[in-house]
Amino acid sequence: MRLALVIALLLIAVGSLWLFIVHPWWFPAAASRNAGALDHEFRIAFWVFGGLFVAAQIALAAFLLSSRQRKKSDYILGNWKLEIAWTLAIAALFFWFNVSGEKVWSRVMDHHRANDALQVEVTGAQFQWYFRYPGHDGVFGRLDAQKFARPDEGNPLGLDPADLAGRDDVLSSSLVLPAGRDVELTLRAQDVIHSVFIPAMRFKQDAVPGMTIRAHLQPTQAGNYEIACAELCGLGHYRMRAQVRVVSPEEFASWLATQELRAQEKTD
Amino acid sequence: MLKRFPSAATTPSKLLLRRYIFTSDHKMIGIQYFFLSLAAVLVGTWLSLLMRIHLVWPHGRIPLVGEIKPENYLGLLTMHGTLMVFFVLSTVPQNGFGTYFLPLQLGASEMAFPRLNMAGFWTALASFFVLLAAFFVPGGASIAGWTQYAPLSAIRAAGPGQGIGTDLWLVSIGLFCLSSVMSAINFVTTTVKQRTPGMRWMRMPLPCWSWFVTAILSLLAFSVLLAALILLLLDRNAGTNFFVPAGLIVSGQAVNHSGGSPLLWQHLFWFFGHPEVYIAILPAMGITSHLLSVFSRKPVFGYRAMVGATIAIGALGFMVWGHHMFVSGMNPYEGFAFSTLTTAIAVPSAIKVFNWLGTIYGGKLQFSTPMLFSIGFVSLFIAGGLTGPFLAQPSLDMYLHDTYFVVAHFHLIMAMAGIFAVFSATYFWFPKMFGRMMSERLGAIHFWFTLAGAYAIFMPMHLLGVAGHPRRYSELTGVQYVAAMAPLQKFITFAAVITICGQLVFLFNLFWSMFRGRRAEANPWVCTTLEWTLPSPTPAAGFAGRVPVVNRGPYEYSVPGSTADFVAQDAPATQEG
Repeated sequence: MRLALVIALLLIAVGSLWLFIVHPWWFPAAASRNAGALDHEFRIAFWVFGGLFVAAQIALAAFLLSSRQRKKSDYILGNWKLEIAWTLAIAALFFWFNVSGEKVWSRVMDHHRANDALQVEVTGAQFQWYFRYPGHDGVFGRLDAQKFARPDEGNPLGLDPADLAGRDDVLSSSLVLPAGRDVELTLRAQDVIHSVFIPAMRFKQDAVPGMTIRAHLQPTQAGNYEIACAELCGLGHYRMRAQVRVVSPEEFASWLATQELRAQEKTD
Repeated sequence: MLKRFPSAATTPSKLLLRRYIFTSDHKMIGIQYFFLSLAAVLVGTWLSLLMRIHLVWPHGRIPLVGEIKPENYLGLLTMHGTLMVFFVLSTVPQNGFGTYFLPLQLGASEMAFPRLNMAGFWTALASFFVLLAAFFVPGGASIAGWTQYAPLSAIRAAGPGQGIGTDLWLVSIGLFCLSSVMSAINFVTTTVKQRTPGMRWMRMPLPCWSWFVTAILSLLAFSVLLAALILLLLDRNAGTNFFVPAGLIVSGQAVNHSGGSPLLWQHLFWFFGHPEVYIAILPAMGITSHLLSVFSRKPVFGYRAMVGATIAIGALGFMVWGHHMFVSGMNPYEGFAFSTLTTAIAVPSAIKVFNWLGTIYGGKLQFSTPMLFSIGFVSLFIAGGLTGPFLAQPSLDMYLHDTYFVVAHFHLIMAMAGIFAVFSATYFWFPKMFGRMMSERLGAIHFWFTLAGAYAIFMPMHLLGVAGHPRRYSELTGVQYVAAMAPLQKFITFAAVITICGQLVFLFNLFWSMFRGRRAEANPWVCTTLEWTLPSPTPAAGFAGRVPVVNRGPYEYSVPGSTADFVAQDAPATQEG
C-alpha cells in the first residue's frame, strides 16, 4: 500500500505537470495591450505554484517512503523554529506574488487615460449584446428603456426619440474596434447581471443593472474574436455571444461613417 | 472558573420511536445528520451525473429522465450546488460527526442543549424537503445558481424556475440558517461549559477545536445570510427595493422597482459565502490532523500552531469575501485590499500543510482506510490550495473568474478534500457509531477509485478555464471557441461517470458492514481520546454518570518510556513517568 501511494503521488505530480506543459487547450493568442502583462503574471504563478505543488506531492511521497524500515514512531511534539521559518518563508513568497499582481491590477485598471479614447457603450440584455457608438457629435443620446425600448422596431435600448444627441448614435450587434486605439467601454445591463468576457483580450467585466461601469481596453491585433457572457444570466446564458471585429483605423473610420449615415437616414 | 454544566444523563427511552427518531440523544441526532447528508449527497451526485451527460450529449435521452433542456440544466446546477454546499459539506463534518463526537471527546454525555439539538436537526430536515419540493412546482427549480445573484433571483419573469422554485429555495435556505444557528449555539456552549475536569483548552483534540471555531463562524455567517434571504424574499413578495435598481425591463416587461443595488446582495451573500467555505473545510482539517496523528502513531506536529492556524483562518475568513467580486463593478481599490487579505489567509492554510507533513514524518505509518483518505486529503488540499493565489490576484482573476478554472479550484479544495475527510471520518468512527468495522479491503478499493477519479476529473478541468470556458454553460454550442473544447469535456464526463460508479463500493460497504461487519472492540484503532474509552457502539447513556478525568493532551502516541504505544487522555497521571 505504501509503495502504491508513493507511485500514485509521483504520478499525480508528474502527470499534472505534463498536462499543463503540453496543454492541448490554453490561452487564445493575445490581442490586447495588457494581455502580455497578464500572461507573464500567469506564467510566474504557474511555475512558482506548480513547482510548490510538485515539491509538496514529492515531499508527501518521500515521507511515506522514509517510514518503511521504522520499528517505532518518533515522539516529536513540534518545533517552533521550524514553524516560524516556514511561516515567514511562505508569507514572503505569497506576499511577493501578491505585490507583483497588484502592480498588474493597477495597470489594467488605470483610469487616467487619454481623453481621446474611443467611446463605446455595451449593454447586456437576455441574451444579446448591444454596442452603441456616440456618432460624430461624441455624445450618447438619452436612454429610457422602460419608456421607449422596442426591440422589434429597431430600438432595443430605448433611445429617446426627442433627444437630438441620439440621432447619430450607431447601434451595432458586434463590437467593431480600431487596432491600436484606447477604448473606453461603458457597461450597462437592461435586466440582470451579464459579464463581458473577451478571452483574447484577457478582458472581463460585469455589466450590472442600475450601474454604469467604465472599463478600458486596447486591442492590438486586427482579427475576429468572441465575447462570451461570463455571468449566469438565465436560460440562454450559454449562447449569449457577440463578435468583436478589430480592423485598421482607416477601415474603422469608414465603417463608422457608413453606420452614422445609415442611422441618420433612419431617424430622418 | 466557570461552573460546568451538569452533563444531562440520557435515560434511553423504551419507545423505539422516541429512541431512534424523535430523540434528543446527540448520538442519534449525529447519525440522523449523517443519513440526511447521505441522502443529499446521493441526490447531488445524481444531478451532477445528469449535468455531465447533458453537457456532452445535449439531445441524448437519459433513461427515466428523458431529454434535459437548458433550463433543466441550470435547475440541476442550482440544486447540485445547494445540496452539496449546505446539506453535505456544511452538514456532515460539523453537525454529523460533531454532534456525535464533540461531547464524547470532551468527556460529556450530552450536548449543552439536547432539545435545541433536536430542533436543529428537524429544521434542517424540513429545509431539505422544502428544497427538493422545488423540482415539482411549475417552472421547476431555481436557475440562478447557489449564489442567487439579484436581480436574476429577484424577478419572477427572469426565467423559468424564478417563480415558486426560487421562493422555495429562499425558504429552504432560511430554515437551514436557523438550523445552523441553533446547532452552532449548542456547539459553542458545549465546548465552553461541558469539558470534563482536566480537559483544558490545550488538551482538546483538534476536531473539537475545529468544531468550536466552525460553530462561531456558523453563528455569525448564517445570521447574515438569513437577513439577506429575508430581504430578497421581501423584494420578491412584498414590493421592497433592496436589490433591484430602477428602469429594468425583463422579458419585455417594465419592472416596477427602484433604488436597490445588485452589489448589496453580493456583499451580503459573500460575507456569508466565504466563511461558509471554511465552515465546510475547518472540520475536515481537524479530522485529518487527528487521523494523521493516530495512524502515524505520533503526536500532531505543532499542536499549538495548528490551533493558532485554525483560529487565524476563522478570523481572516470574514475579511476576504470581496475576492469573489473583483470584476463585479466594485471599486478597483477594494480589489487591492481583498487581494492582500486573501493572501494573508493562505499563510495559516500553508502552516497546516507543513504540520501535516511534519506529523507524518518519522512515523511508523499504518495504512488503514481512514489513513488513506487522510493522505488523499492532504494531496488534494495542496492541489486545490495552490490555485488559490492565482484567483486571489485581481488581474489574473479578471481572466479566470467564472471560468472552469474556478470550478476546478473549489471542487478540489472544498468538495474533494472535504469529502475525503468525510470518508476518512466515516471509516474511522463507524465502529463507535455502529459497533462494527467497515471492510478494509473494500475501503482500499473505494479509496483508489476516488483518488484517481478526483484528479482525472478536476485536474484537466483547469485547462478549460485557462482556455476561457465560462462556467454554468448548459451547452457547448453557443460560443465557437467553447465548442472546440468538447473533447476535453467528454473526457471529464467519462471520468465522472466511472468515479461515481466507484462510489457504489462505499455504499455497499457502509450498509453491509452495518449489519454484517466484524464486531468492533471498544478501541479498535488504539486511540487516546475519550470516545474510545466507551464500548462500541456507544451506550445510550454515554459515560453513564462517570466523570472521566483528563490528565494529558490528546496525541500522546509513542511516548518514550511507556509500554503501550499510546497513553489515553484519562490514564492516571502516575503513568506519565
